Amino acid sequence: MNHTLLLALAPAPTGTMARLRAMLPALSLALLLALLLPLSAIATAQGVVPPTAKPAPAAVQAPATPSPTPQQEPVPPMAAQVPVPPLTAQVTDSIGMLTPPQRATLEATLGDYARRTGTQVGILLIASTAPEAIEQYGIRVADAWKLGRKGIDDGVILIVARDNPRDLRRLRLEVGRGVQGTVTDAKSNRILQDVIAPHFRQNDYYGGLVAATAALQTLLDQEHLPAPAKKAASSGASDLAGALPLVIIMLIGIGLIGSRMRRRGGSGGSGLDSNGWGRTAAGVIIGSQIGSALGGGGFRGFGGGGGGGGGGFSGGGGGFDGGGASGNW
Amino acid sequence: MIINRLRTWLTLLALASVLSGCSYNTFQTKDEEVKAAWSEVVNQYQRRADLIPNLVNTVKGYASHERETLEGVTRARAAATGMQITPEVLNDPAAFKKFQELQGNLSSALSRLLVVTENYPQLKADAGFRDLQSQLEGTENRITVARNRYIVKIQEYNILARSFPSNLTAMVFKYHVKPAFTVENEKAISTAPAVNFGK
Repeated sequence: MNHTLLLALAPAPTGTMARLRAMLPALSLALLLALLLPLSAIATAQGVVPPTAKPAPAAVQAPATPSPTPQQEPVPPMAAQVPVPPLTAQVTDSIGMLTPPQRATLEATLGDYARRTGTQVGILLIASTAPEAIEQYGIRVADAWKLGRKGIDDGVILIVARDNPRDLRRLRLEVGRGVQGTVTDAKSNRILQDVIAPHFRQNDYYGGLVAATAALQTLLDQEHLPAPAKKAASSGASDLAGALPLVIIMLIGIGLIGSRMRRRGGSGGSGLDSNGWGRTAAGVIIGSQIGSALGGGGFRGFGGGGGGGGGGFSGGGGGFDGGGASGNW
Repeated sequence: MIINRLRTWLTLLALASVLSGCSYNTFQTKDEEVKAAWSEVVNQYQRRADLIPNLVNTVKGYASHERETLEGVTRARAAATGMQITPEVLNDPAAFKKFQELQGNLSSALSRLLVVTENYPQLKADAGFRDLQSQLEGTENRITVARNRYIVKIQEYNILARSFPSNLTAMVFKYHVKPAFTVENEKAISTAPAVNFGK
């Protein structure tokens, strides 16, 4: 609608300088709206899309009989999913499988490791993932927590769903893309079957988790990853994105002031010299370009990495692709 | 002269705002995102295809007389890898359907093979087979994840291509609605054999 207004104005009638000048504020307002409209349209378009994927079509593919393939159970489309607990520490124990000191020890070990190498390892202990299979739940956790450094993708998540039925699996190792070279699917499976399961079968949960942590670290140490960043500076990029509307307004304002000044100063009040307009236009165009660069390129998620500073713990923005292994004990 | 220049600027401006207003740039972004998600899907299917020769050889070592099943897998793999996959597949619903069908055939051939292996305890105990099986399992899961992400991306793109006013842009610049993975052919494909494990 704003565009049509602009289009109508584009072939400006000649000789009506005064009228044009009077319309200047209205014009710039329309421009501003025209720029902001698409932004809001994008925002609503994203709002329409549900944040989580619908149950995988592959889930339908799964045979009704249990098969050795890892296919998920058929999930009714609207089944209530178990929510992903917020990430507050390396070890999230929502069912009290560990005693507080055991938890603290594990957290200290994993925290030290994250500070030393930058690689984030998280442990999640929950009751059940039903009706989802643990793989489906696992990728949701991975997408929500974003463990590992952004771009390096060196996060690992161990999930234990203690009361899961066997066919949904009780153990899951979710391995970030960047460390799948050493923590392969086969190795992940061995950690679950040969390291954790024997302990868990004797109800030695803590022992199993400690052994798994040690085994994981041995594997992760073989991967040659970049050293942890030294106290990553807070990303200035996202600040810039926040200030975007302000930048646009300022650019337009500068252009307008420029044109006013010119009008007043020189050329005997005939005003509206093309330079002033030129500057406004340049401002708008640059502004919109910055806008699209920031909006499209995305500075989403977190910037730096290696959380676990003073008390808080957060993911570094690592990506997961569903690699890893699932198992039982 | 001044007026002329002014008019040029105004026209340029109007054009720029119309383009951004009709989400031309958003189309570029979404289109690229869809392509990236698609490459990941293809990549994971390729990864699965790469695992199969090893798997078939290992199974052959223990269960050589399951020839029919083994050959079924090999044939389905050859058919799936034989299809030329270009980005144009995305704009061609028929090719997309064929791709789905071929990969679906391979999926069911594979699951048949894995069901058969249940009858061979020695094979199941083989360390190499165990590793291969977990690799295959991980890759199947990656495929699921990649497909899900593709579906999300395609949904964003298709909403943009169909809703007003961006559908006008889509019409002018020929951004067609792209096909997503559908459920009904999945059902037809997955005729998994019913086998009692007797565990």
